[in-house]
Amino acid sequence: MSETSAPFWDATRDRRLVIQWCTACDAPVWFPRDVCLGCLGDALEWRAASGRGEVYAFTVENKPAMPTPFGDEPYVVALVELAEGPRLMTNVVGCPPQSVTVGMPVQVTWEELSDGRNLPLFEPA
Amino acid sequence: MRGAAALVGVADIASPTGELDTHGRALEVAMVGAALADAGLTLADVDGVCHPMSSMLFAEYLGVHPCFTDSTMTGGSSFEVHLEHAAAAIAAGLCDVVIDVYASTPRSDRGRQVNRPRPQMMGPNPAIEWEVPFALRQPMGPYALAASRHMAVYGTTSEQLAQIAVSTRHWAAMNPQARFRDPITVDDVLASRMECSPLHLLDCCLVTDGAGAFVMTSAERARDLAKPPVYVLGAGTAHDHSMISQMPDLTTTAGVVSGANAFRMAGIKPDDVDLLMSYDSFTITALLHLEDLGFCAKGEGGAFVETGATAPGGSLPMNTNGGGLSYTHPGMYGMFLITESVKQLRGEAGDRQVDGAEIAIAHGSGGLLSCMSTAVLGTEATL
Repeated sequence: MSETSAPFWDATRDRRLVIQWCTACDAPVWFPRDVCLGCLGDALEWRAASGRGEVYAFTVENKPAMPTPFGDEPYVVALVELAEGPRLMTNVVGCPPQSVTVGMPVQVTWEELSDGRNLPLFEPA
Repeated sequence: MRGAAALVGVADIASPTGELDTHGRALEVAMVGAALADAGLTLADVDGVCHPMSSMLFAEYLGVHPCFTDSTMTGGSSFEVHLEHAAAAIAAGLCDVVIDVYASTPRSDRGRQVNRPRPQMMGPNPAIEWEVPFALRQPMGPYALAASRHMAVYGTTSEQLAQIAVSTRHWAAMNPQARFRDPITVDDVLASRMECSPLHLLDCCLVTDGAGAFVMTSAERARDLAKPPVYVLGAGTAHDHSMISQMPDLTTTAGVVSGANAFRMAGIKPDDVDLLMSYDSFTITALLHLEDLGFCAKGEGGAFVETGATAPGGSLPMNTNGGGLSYTHPGMYGMFLITESVKQLRGEAGDRQVDGAEIAIAHGSGGLLSCMSTAVLGTEATL
């Protein structure tokens, strides 16, 4: 967690998904940065995101390369495109991996981390 | 820059066992020595050094004091980028004889005490926050995401991706140094273990030892050397992301830009190409290159390969050495795209020789579909 991204992670303590916006361009900035890429200005603020989006691409991981919260079970890693535009890497949970499709509507759900922050995951909407 | 520089020496090594006897600097130096000998040059002629990690350390090891140095590291496409930079430097008169080298022995390192460098991050690495927590398997995960998107948008099938592995294996059968030479079928690919859906084991490149080097000099000097020169007709590089989650469109790579720039410089069209050496880290990687370089329309890569177009006897010989899928893939494969192109354009490719090959493309892909670099290479007749 960096100084720049701290507001994102702080919001997850309350299970709120927030995205950085440039108020000059009225455009989202993702991943969080110190300036807007459109105008190189720093008129940035954090706004609540809808938490809704759709699966842009996904893969079912059958042989995890590292210890994961999913143990030995297959799990889904996906890129989810939020309604606001940014594309986030995430896990799709709450449904059988085989049922996930590109274009599937999803909504944010949270997985608690040991330090009180929450990790934004997504589930079928 | 077109035709101003030429590849005059190449060397590469791989083994059917996947393992080599030497490693590290000894292997690098052996490759440089072999490439210089191939050219009829010596270390004393070298005034330009490329190396994907540190050209300074490597030049010091060789005792070379270069006036052109390049340690650009873009992953597997580093060697196409070095080729581009070296050709530009020679064209601009900055230097005269440039060497580039790669040696990596990940397979035999497993049984050896190796001082592996500690992973280093240069500058902030946003992936730690925005990707790593979600346990995407590397490196195949990002390519699986691209394949899933391509399938959803264009209807590409697992059978079509598998055909790339099958056609490539046909070429490998004619390369005595290839790791795998036995024919495979589409069903074999589909029956192999699903790694990251939709990619099966046989959709993925190998992990083998391998090494190679090239020597480049000016067109003028090249004409007096040992072998027929292979001219750099065009080159282009482009990257559009580092993290896969930042890739603008997972079905289209920056090869659209690098390829168009390289083809424009060379003054050629896809129809003019006799051989495509296309970085095949995964079957989907090669499919994206076919579309992005203009050998078929976007979305039609599956139908294109399904006809066997890239197999022996097809309209577009692709990865005639057996590629990263069946020949060798020692971590960063881009050097082998160049060495095979040169052998083919010289008519030195043995059983797998493409008859009358005059123009070859070496198209490197580095990072996670991130940095594309395209080189157009040609014989004397293409100048």
